[in-house]
Amino acid sequence: MTTTTPLAPKAGRLPGGRRRFTAARPAAGFVAAALVLFAVAPLALSDFRLGLLAKYLCTAIVAVGICLAWGRGGLLTLGQGVFFGLGGYAMAMHLKIADAGPGHVPDFMQLYGTATELPWWWRPFANPVFAIAATVLLPMAVAAILGSFIFRRRVKGAYFAILSQALAAAFAIWLVGQQATTGGTNGLTDIQGFFGYDLNDPVNQRMVYFVIAAVLLLLIALARQLMHSRYGELLVAVRDSEERVRFLGYDPANVKLVAYVVAAGMAGLAGALFVPAVGIISPALVGIVPSIELVIGAAVGGRASLTGAVLGAIGVAWARTALSEEFPAAWTYFQGLLFIVALAFLPGGLASLAAIVKRRRRNQGLSGDTA
Amino acid sequence: MTVILGQLFTGVSIGAVLLLIALGLSLTFGQMNVINMAHGEFIMAGAYTTYVLQKSISGAGISLIVALPVAFLVSGALGALLEWLLIRRLYLRPLDTLLVTWGVSLMLQQLARDIFGAPNVQTRAPDVLTGHITVIGGDDPLTFANSRLFILGLAVTAVVALSLTLRLTPLGRRIRAVVQNRDLAEVSGISTGRVDRTAFFIGSGLAGVAGVALTLVGPIGPTMGTNVIIDAFLVIVVGGIGQLKGSVIVAFVLGALQSVLEYSTTVSVAKVLVLVAIVAFLQWRPQGLYTLRTRSLV
Amino acid sequence: MAAGAGALAAMVALSACGAKTDAGGTSDKAAKADVSGDTVKVGLLNSLSGTMAISEVTVRDSLKLAIDEINASGGVLGKQIKPISEDGASDWPTFAEKASKLIREDRVAATFGCWTSASRKAVKPVFEKNKSLLFYPVQYEGLEQSPYIFYTGATTNQQIVPGLDYLKSQGRKRIYLVGSDYVFPRTANKEIRAYAKANGMTVLGEDYAPLGSTEFSTIANKVKASKADAVFNTLNGDSNVAFFKEYKSAGLTAKGMPVVSVSIAEEEVKSIGAQYLAGQLTAWNYYQTTPGAANTRFVKAYKAKYGQDKPTSDPMEAAYTSVYLWKAMVEKAKSFDPEKVKAASDGITFDAPEGKVTVDGATQHIYKTARIGRIGSDGLIKQVWDSGKPIKPDPYLKGYDWASGLS
Repeated sequence: MTTTTPLAPKAGRLPGGRRRFTAARPAAGFVAAALVLFAVAPLALSDFRLGLLAKYLCTAIVAVGICLAWGRGGLLTLGQGVFFGLGGYAMAMHLKIADAGPGHVPDFMQLYGTATELPWWWRPFANPVFAIAATVLLPMAVAAILGSFIFRRRVKGAYFAILSQALAAAFAIWLVGQQATTGGTNGLTDIQGFFGYDLNDPVNQRMVYFVIAAVLLLLIALARQLMHSRYGELLVAVRDSEERVRFLGYDPANVKLVAYVVAAGMAGLAGALFVPAVGIISPALVGIVPSIELVIGAAVGGRASLTGAVLGAIGVAWARTALSEEFPAAWTYFQGLLFIVALAFLPGGLASLAAIVKRRRRNQGLSGDTA
Repeated sequence: MTVILGQLFTGVSIGAVLLLIALGLSLTFGQMNVINMAHGEFIMAGAYTTYVLQKSISGAGISLIVALPVAFLVSGALGALLEWLLIRRLYLRPLDTLLVTWGVSLMLQQLARDIFGAPNVQTRAPDVLTGHITVIGGDDPLTFANSRLFILGLAVTAVVALSLTLRLTPLGRRIRAVVQNRDLAEVSGISTGRVDRTAFFIGSGLAGVAGVALTLVGPIGPTMGTNVIIDAFLVIVVGGIGQLKGSVIVAFVLGALQSVLEYSTTVSVAKVLVLVAIVAFLQWRPQGLYTLRTRSLV
Repeated sequence: MAAGAGALAAMVALSACGAKTDAGGTSDKAAKADVSGDTVKVGLLNSLSGTMAISEVTVRDSLKLAIDEINASGGVLGKQIKPISEDGASDWPTFAEKASKLIREDRVAATFGCWTSASRKAVKPVFEKNKSLLFYPVQYEGLEQSPYIFYTGATTNQQIVPGLDYLKSQGRKRIYLVGSDYVFPRTANKEIRAYAKANGMTVLGEDYAPLGSTEFSTIANKVKASKADAVFNTLNGDSNVAFFKEYKSAGLTAKGMPVVSVSIAEEEVKSIGAQYLAGQLTAWNYYQTTPGAANTRFVKAYKAKYGQDKPTSDPMEAAYTSVYLWKAMVEKAKSFDPEKVKAASDGITFDAPEGKVTVDGATQHIYKTARIGRIGSDGLIKQVWDSGKPIKPDPYLKGYDWASGLS
């Protein structure tokens, strides 16, 4: 499962260029992760903490996509909140329609809208199959349209980052403005059922947790396959030297586009799973700030390493909860400090620590031999 | 008619505010390619400087005048410190800079909350700046707010001063040399580290000046920086990195667009439309309005 | 992979016994409050970071003052109150998470806090699901009545309707509506339009700015061009500062076109500056200048604890009052059990800084006196009109014919 290698000596390059491929270690890591998620965590944690873990795992799912697009593809995906939100709203719309029951409109529409029937663009979401498909396909479609323009015009780096943020801001403001049909700032809240299961029941909450954990593991496996395929190599090549790849006859735009679209799909799925886990989706989850927070987890853990990105996302989300519970008035200092230290002094994220330590130890061993 | 002229003036004044908050970025982001998310907090530092100065200097007018250079120094010093502590380690990793300075911005906001309290604070504006001049009298008068005229004047002065500095002074030449070819500048005997720090000092200092100006029209509180930071970046991105004239034009165009759309639709819709227009524009001209011509492939 | 498949199977097996949505009432899953020791825990849920911290920190301070006072005088049912403060971080899902934590991990007896309607809507299902009590201290848009929330701020008929009545009585019948783009202003403005229609008033325009927006020149121009008699302002937080600075710059005055604000209290006056606000109107239920021994005591205690330059305001007073009301309910019920506390709530009174308030058990709102105030050049708000007696809360405006189409 781990793909960490020692940091490349040249500054500004990220690990993951070349990997020693050993099949046994990733499999063992995968089994260990499955054990922790499915056996240890449910036994060790209270219902409340398990619910929080479900929420963290959703950010970890986004991180898998970020690891692919940013860590391997070098695309700073600062607009993941948009895709997370698209998936989340698609799911929440269906659940709200289901909660309201046939012939009724969701509660907030009765309050804020004058509508007695669903707006046309809500109606397809009454169908569960459409809604579930939309949670993944909608973000992917948006990403494909956006990405095909952006990458063909060779927009990159800082431009791409700022552009994504502008988009996230626009989407959040639009959602807020459409109170009668999107719930405005409130978002879609008070979701009671999940495909016929009552979300108030702790047993069903557990079920949601297991679904999320299973999806996370599946996506990690998928991303790993992708990274170790020919495509994965090409993606890293595009990140490190786009021009050379172009001269070799590949179209870097398509290579980037695939990573971007897959990452968007993962973010959408994460958003969809977030809804039953937390019971709310709101514009507060799609704007600039949440988009940055989604990226920061992966960056702190180590963007180019799947293990690092996933653990980083879970760790940062957990640290946020733990620090704010312990120091409600001063936790942002610690959070800020964590980002600064991890990113400024550990460019490969915490995942690179292991490699650094290993290298140090080896160097020490060598010097000991010669002495 | 007066409505149209009034909105035109509004567009210009929104543009002036945008220009002022983005001007510092044209140096740090435009020239040095550093995405400094804490730039908004340097604006905040400038505003709080005004507040602190007013506590010791009683005259609202004098304290405002004094605040301009002091805020420049305070924010500039903060910027130079940030550059020295963190950013110089990150020049080769522009996107990490974004996330690191985001962490810095979180901490600075909390610091402001702990020093000055969570609620917004107030500064008094000199009476002349709370009034307006009447351009066309009569039943439907056309008036220009004095505070807006002041900001417009300040923005124009700052742009002129900055472009003259870049164009005519030895420091400006060194900054441009480093931007265009760092290695060549280094071997020509320019201390690139010192140039970077100076440029960052000036860019951040300009944020402080913007903060002083914002006290005339907006709130002074811990989150005032986050409210404006993205708009400021957009001005630079659309204007074209490394080009002062692009930023100037774009600031006023965006201001006019915003004011027209706000008038004909709503503020929220206008905001969304402007952002969408920007995204569309960048699809068309991904390098912004003006681009530095280079022969580089990447 | 095998582990994954096994895990999936385990998951399916585990989930098979969950309740379906249509299975009717499930077993009592309420988290019981922990009141075994000689202390009782209560939760304080306010934004201490993010954009809303500007307002919510003062509410937290006020809640702490009430708790300290109660503890000093012997606590509740002989137990000292132990407050547990959590940061909602101006983020609605965080509010829901922290509410859950307070109820299920800390097992608090009651929770005090929330400010924006969005945060209240986010935590409402959490409190209902866990059958735990929230005391919500801020004026809001009405049209809500959760069985597990006590609303100690004003509902519409105790603040907005009196504000409109006042404008009407002053002959200011052509009004312009300005608000932040979120639930409270949009709902309030819907109610204002219905009122205007029934009372021969005209709404000349309605404009919203995104929360946190600080660019108001266009709105000021529109308001000016409308030549309205008055502006009804439901802007929140930061936006008010920019709006009033622009308003004055545009040459609009409190005499010519007064602004009635429902979200500007003493704290906001302090941050905007009396320079821009003098003469403008506010609609609340309490001002720092409200006469009465209870208020003198409250203001003095607050200033002694937090600083002489700190003003007191309506939401702070409602928060302070909410703790005392909870205490009185608990003592009447002789129990911390939410159901018993709710049952005991009807008719509970407290000699609050705003005057005597009474809990209406049916709606779980409180009777409050409406007060229209004028902001003075000293930054204090002086009352110019009051409703004479506490107004019965009517969150769904059932007693008003014009409001029949609203909910």
